Amino acid sequence: MALSGLEIYKLLPKTNCKDCGFPTCLAFAMKLSQKQAELSACPHVSDEAKEALAAAAAPPIRLITVGTGDQKIEVGNETVLFRHDKTFFHEPGLMVRVKDDQPLAEVEELVAKVDGFSVERVGMELRLNGIAVENASGDADTFAACVEAVRAKTQLPLILIAKDPAAMKAALAKTDGSKPLLYAADKDNWQAMAELAKEHEAPLAVYEPEGLTALANLVEQVKEAGVEDIVLDPGARTPGESLSTLTQLRRLALKKNFRLLGYPYITFPGEGAESEAEEVILAAQHIAKYGGFIVLDHFDPATAYPLLTLRLNIYTDPQKPIQVEPGLRDINGPSAESPLLVTTNFSLTYFSVSGEVEGSGIPSWLLICDSEGLSVLTAWAAGKFDAEKIAKTVKEFNVAEKLSHQKIVIPGFVSGISGELEEELPGWEIRVGPREAVDIPAYLKNVWT
Amino acid sequence: MPVTVEIPTEKWSGSVREVTLGATAEQGGTRTRTVTVGGETTLPFLHFEGQMPNPPAVCIEIQDHKPLDWSPLLLEAWGDVVEDPAAWAKEAEAKGADLIMLRLIGSDNEGNETTPEQAAETVKKVLGATGLPLIVRGPGQAEKDNELLVAVADAARGERIALGLCEEKNYATIVAAAQAHNQLVISSTPMDVNLSKQLIILIKDLGLPLDRILMDPTTGALGYGIEYGYSVMERLRLAAFQGDDMTQQPMICFVGEECWRQKESKVGEGVPEEWGDWQKRAITWETITATSLIHSGADIVTLRHPESVKNVKATIQKLMSQ
Ligand code: B12
Ligand code: SF4
Repeated sequence: MALSGLEIYKLLPKTNCKDCGFPTCLAFAMKLSQKQAELSACPHVSDEAKEALAAAAAPPIRLITVGTGDQKIEVGNETVLFRHDKTFFHEPGLMVRVKDDQPLAEVEELVAKVDGFSVERVGMELRLNGIAVENASGDADTFAACVEAVRAKTQLPLILIAKDPAAMKAALAKTDGSKPLLYAADKDNWQAMAELAKEHEAPLAVYEPEGLTALANLVEQVKEAGVEDIVLDPGARTPGESLSTLTQLRRLALKKNFRLLGYPYITFPGEGAESEAEEVILAAQHIAKYGGFIVLDHFDPATAYPLLTLRLNIYTDPQKPIQVEPGLRDINGPSAESPLLVTTNFSLTYFSVSGEVEGSGIPSWLLICDSEGLSVLTAWAAGKFDAEKIAKTVKEFNVAEKLSHQKIVIPGFVSGISGELEEELPGWEIRVGPREAVDIPAYLKNVWT
Repeated sequence: MPVTVEIPTEKWSGSVREVTLGATAEQGGTRTRTVTVGGETTLPFLHFEGQMPNPPAVCIEIQDHKPLDWSPLLLEAWGDVVEDPAAWAKEAEAKGADLIMLRLIGSDNEGNETTPEQAAETVKKVLGATGLPLIVRGPGQAEKDNELLVAVADAARGERIALGLCEEKNYATIVAAAQAHNQLVISSTPMDVNLSKQLIILIKDLGLPLDRILMDPTTGALGYGIEYGYSVMERLRLAAFQGDDMTQQPMICFVGEECWRQKESKVGEGVPEEWGDWQKRAITWETITATSLIHSGADIVTLRHPESVKNVKATIQKLMSQ
C-alpha cells in the first residue's frame, strides 16, 4: 500500500537542505507520494528509511510466476476485494493433478489431453495452465521418473507436490530450470525446502493448517531463510472454511497491509469435495473468491469449459466490455447477392452471430455497429443501436457499393425499429431476423431468398 | 510466537430484511411449510463475522403448459409430468425443491390465449398438489401479466405467494393485487443499483410492506453477462450492510431460464468437441451460475434441471455448516 506524503516525510532527514532540488523535505515527500520524484535524489536518506519506503511501494499481494517461457503463469498483485472496485488482474492458474502411483501411461495420456485442451470463446483461446505432479508413492525415484515423463509431454508450468525434500530434489533435477512451484514447506521440512527453492529459483508454497498465526510465523521463517516467492496454503478445504479463510487472507493483505500473508493462495477443491460435481462447484468458488492456483483432480472438457468461462467473466475489467472493431465483415466469401446482417460490436454478440453465420456455410456480409461494446438489447436501451445508428453505419462503411440488393437483416430482439429504419434508409427493405443467433442458419437457408 | 494475526472483521450497521413465502393453516393458508429468506448481517457464509439465519432457497421452475422451447435434456429429465403442472409441481417437491415457481406462458400449445379463469384454476391445482410455497410469474407482457396475476392473487388468497415481475413500466396493478390478497411481489430491474432502489421505493410508496418484496437484480448466465449480475449484486449487498434501507430486500435470481437459453445448454450437436459431454456441460453451466450468484448474495435461485438442484442444495448445506 502506497504511503502518503506525510508518512514519507516522517522517514526523511527533515533538514530542508535542498540537495534534492526541492525547497523542503516535505515538498520532496509530496512529490514522492505522487511518484513525480525518485528517492535517490535525496543523498541523506537513511538505510532504514529506504527499506521502509521500498517495502511500502511493493504490491500488497506479491506477483508470483510459475514456469518459464510463453506458457508461464503469473498470479497475485491483486488490489481489490470486489471486482467492481477496480478489476481483478491476474487470472488464477487452473492446474490438473496427476500422481506418481498411477500407471505412467495413464499419466502421460492425461497430461497430453490437458496440454492440448483449448477452447475458443469471444475470440479468445481459453486454456488450462499446468500440471501438478504428486509424490503419492513416497519414493523419490518413482517421483522423478513421473516428473520426467510429464515434462516430456508438456511445456506447461508444473507444481511438484512432495513432503520429502529428497523426493523434491530428485524431481527438480528433471525440470531443467523451468521454475515449478514447490509444494510445500511445512513446519517439519521447511529448511530443506527453502534451500531447494533458493537453489532452483523456484517459488515455494507454505502449508500450515493450524491457523493464520501459525502460517504467518512459518512464512516468516521461510522468508528469513531467503525465499521471496511464496504461495500460501492455509489448509482450508471445505466450501465454508475456504471461503472464510481466503477472504480473511485477502483482507489482511489489502486492508492491513499484512506483509507475511501478502501472497497468492493455492487450493485443492477436490480435497474438500465428495464428488466431481462438488469439486467443480468449489473450484468455481475459488475462481471468484480469491484462489491463486487451483489444483483440480479431474479433467473433463464438459467441466473445464464452464470453469474457464467463469474465470474469463470474473476477470473481465468491469469498465471495459470485450469489444471487436466495427466494420463490414465478409463471411464464407460473399458476393453482391449475398445476405447482409447487422449486429453490435460487443464481442459476445459478434462471435455468437459470426459463429452461426460461418457454421451455416452460407456466404454473407455482417455489418458491425459501434455500440461501445454493448449487447443488442442493452445497446438499444442505451440509444447506441437504434435506426439512426444503423443507418449511419451502413453509410460509413459504403455497404451499398458491395451489394446488388438493398436488404438488411436486423436482430429479432429489435424488431420494433424496422419502421424507423425504413425511414432512415430510403429504398431499403428491412428484414427482421430470428431472436437468437442459433436460429440464423435455418433462417438464412429457409427465409432469405 | 513472534507475530499474531488478528482476523479482520467488518462491523456492518445494516442487514437484509427477512421475507417469508407461504402460509400454513395456522397462518391462514394451506402450505405444509413456509420458507423464510434474508436476514443476513454479513456477506454470504462469512460465519466468523455475522449471521446468516436462513439458507438460500432453491426453487424449481415449472410451466402451465408443456414448454416448447426447452432443451430436450430438460424434457427428458422431467418426463411426462411436463404435460400437467400439478403433477410437475409434485415431482419438483419430491426432487428437493424448497419453492416452486409457476410460469404462466400466456397461451396453450395450440395458441389459445390463457384466460384469467384458467390461470386461477392452474394455480389452485398446483397449490393442491404441493405443500411448498409458490411463486407465480406472468408471460412478461404488461397487459397480460396484469390480467392473469390479478386473478391468480385472488385465487391464492391467504397463501402468501410471490407475484412477478413488477417492472418500472408495469408494477402498480400487480402491487395492488398483492396488497388486496396478502401476497408478495418480485421487483425486477436491469442490473443497476439505482434502478433497483427506485423501484423498491415506488412499490413501497404504494403501501406494500417491505417484508413482502423480493428483489430481482437481473441475472446473466455464465458466459452471457454473469459478471454484471454478480457485481451488481455484490454492490447491492454492500449497500444494504452500510444501511441503505431500499437495498435490503432478499435477492432472487432466475438462473435456469438464463442458462438454458444459451447454446451451451440448449444444443447438443454441431458444437465444438472441446465443449465436452452435452448433459454434463449443461448441468455444470446451470449449477455454477447458481452457486456463483449465491456467493454474491442470491437468497433464492430458480433452476430447471433436477441434477442442478441436487448439486446446489448440497453446496448450500455445506456452506451453512459452521
Ligand atoms: C449484461 C446486461 C447489461 C450490462 C451490459 C453488458 C454489455 N456489454 O452489453 C449492463 C449492466 C452494463 C447493462 C446495462 C443496461 N441494461 Co442491460 N442487460 C444485460 C443482460 C443481462 C444480458 C445482455 C447480454 O449480454 N446478452 C447476450 C448477448 C450475446 O445477446 P445479444 O446481444 O442480444 O445477441 C443475441 C441475439 O440478439 C442475437 N443477435 C445478435 N445480433 C444479431 C443480428 C442478427 C441479424 C440476428 C438475426 C440475431 C442477432 O444473437 C445473440 C445470441 O443469441 C440483459 C438481460 C438478459 N438476460 O438478456 C439486460 C438488458 C438487455 N438490459 C436492459 C436495460 C434496460 C439496460 C439499461 C438501459 C439499464 C440501465 N442500467 O440504465 C442499461 C443500458 C446500458 C447503458 N446505459 O450503458 C434491458 C433491455 C430492455 C429492453 N427490452 O429494451 C434488458 C433486456 C434487461 C431487462 N429485462 O430489462 N445491461
Ligand atoms: S535532499 Fe533530502 S534532506 Fe535535503 S531537503 Fe531534500 S529530502 Fe530533505
